Amino acid sequence: MAEMPLFSTPSTFAAREAFAHKPRGLVDKVMSVTEAVRRFIHNGDYLATGGFGTNRIPTAVCHEILRQGIQNLSFAGHTATHDFQILCAGNLMGRGQTLRRVDAAYIVGLEARGLSPHARRVMESGTVEVVEWSNYTLALRYTAAAMGVPFLPTHSLLGTDTYTHSAARAVTCPFTGEKLAAVPALYPDVAVIHVHEADRFGNCRLRGPSVADWDLARAARRLIITCERLIPDDAIRQHPHLTVIPFFCVDAVCEVPFGSYPGNMPDEYFSDEDHLKLWLEVERDPHAFRQFLEDHIYGVRDFTEYLERCGGLRRLQTLRRREFQLPHSDLAS
Amino acid sequence: MDYTATELMICCASRELEDGKTAAIGTGLPCAAAMLAQRLHAPNLVILFEAGGVAPLLPTMPVSVGDSTTIHRAVMATSMADVMQFCQRGLVDYTFLSGAQIDPYGNLNSTYIGGSHLKPQVRLPGSGGANDLASFCWRTLIIIKHDRRKFVPKLDFLTTPGYLTGPGAREAAGLPPQTGPYRVITDLAVLDFHPVSKRMRLCSVHPGVTLEQVQAATGFPLEIHEQLQTTAPPTPHELELLRQQVDPQRYLLNRN
Repeated sequence: MAEMPLFSTPSTFAAREAFAHKPRGLVDKVMSVTEAVRRFIHNGDYLATGGFGTNRIPTAVCHEILRQGIQNLSFAGHTATHDFQILCAGNLMGRGQTLRRVDAAYIVGLEARGLSPHARRVMESGTVEVVEWSNYTLALRYTAAAMGVPFLPTHSLLGTDTYTHSAARAVTCPFTGEKLAAVPALYPDVAVIHVHEADRFGNCRLRGPSVADWDLARAARRLIITCERLIPDDAIRQHPHLTVIPFFCVDAVCEVPFGSYPGNMPDEYFSDEDHLKLWLEVERDPHAFRQFLEDHIYGVRDFTEYLERCGGLRRLQTLRRREFQLPHSDLAS
Repeated sequence: MDYTATELMICCASRELEDGKTAAIGTGLPCAAAMLAQRLHAPNLVILFEAGGVAPLLPTMPVSVGDSTTIHRAVMATSMADVMQFCQRGLVDYTFLSGAQIDPYGNLNSTYIGGSHLKPQVRLPGSGGANDLASFCWRTLIIIKHDRRKFVPKLDFLTTPGYLTGPGAREAAGLPPQTGPYRVITDLAVLDFHPVSKRMRLCSVHPGVTLEQVQAATGFPLEIHEQLQTTAPPTPHELELLRQQVDPQRYLLNRN
């Protein structure tokens, strides 16, 4: 069996060294997405995104990574669907190679919507190193990192090609003699998570499924938060039980209303299925896709301009209505 | 009453889900089956979604196992690890999966077809939650279209465990005892696994389908149940709920 590589060290002590130097101050971290990406995401970093593919995803940061031409990232493909699709646009399109290595639990597909033609081209080209995982084992790797231990055991993966193409190792339980798979801690260099609310220091609230973000926020060496809205820090202190991520885990706070678009944001707006379908269609033809990226990402200044290109507030109001299962009104037209 | 192969598949699948049980469900056909079961014989079916939705009352078909419908009137929105750990602890009775290829032992491939791992002909999503769910849940239900390209003697990649190489193999690998694939529901038949050989076994053929047709659409020899049956067709009530409440937009029902 070929040993599959680890794209980042699971060493707790190496991670502690990084966490030792993380600023603890209660300081204002509000900045633009452009500045956050410039300061905290570097060529060759290991990147992880929060949410679940088309749900509560940090779309604005994924776009900005393309605009700034960041290269050679390693990436955690943890139900990475539209986020992965965006990052793949930085490969094989004449702008270098955004993705170099991928830990894959779920990539290339957009669930019931089908497979991304361009993500397939990228992952079938032989230019991206890939190691297989499953959704739980990749989440468990964040849990191990969040706990500050180098691995955790699970009864998953065993007996399959997913196991032999992962970097997990078989271990025997010292108490019961059971055979388990040990999965290594994953400390991303940088994680990006989109939440509902944050204060200027980075205390965060979110609603809906938390997916793996509680652990991911704690596992990441650097953490960029994008939020639907900034809230006063006094609101955080009045309801501390609502806080999911504390400020000292966070390096940057960017207010990005509708920041999960075209994805779903629980309690805010539903996914724009028409726009996601457009992505899948336009990717079939590389020329059309290049023009689409020019129109929607490279040729716009920021995420607000992207939203305007996609129909702006009128479109977003329709998606808000859909989220609450309200009947469609003529606002949609 | 007229019905399509897809409608029959969904009805067969929903009949397998018992009331008061727990089931970890994926999007598409499994979701339609669970929604139909909730509206018929299993109003207390606890549906779990791997992104963190627990016991929703599904209003419409989700497009993603993490979208807002998966927490509609749910009892909890939690984390993926929490849901997967319900499964790992033995609290989840069923999971409902699909794949691009299936072999005689109910192992599934959803990683790649052809070529090599680094340079595949067709790259597919990978495990997602499938490997975890099929490892942990007591019974794995599989819903898949029946043809020789899908029912293969050997998978290009074994993404998700069925009975692996046969009797005792799951236990030897370290997977939890007494778990494994339970039913395979296709557009031609319903199959289970022989209790001794753990190989796929034909239980019932759908109305108008012959045993020979099923075998011809399968790339390996099937075991045949001693009491081979004909699948009961969808009832008018099943069809009415399916068409009017489960999939009124016909996202799945038109996919034939």
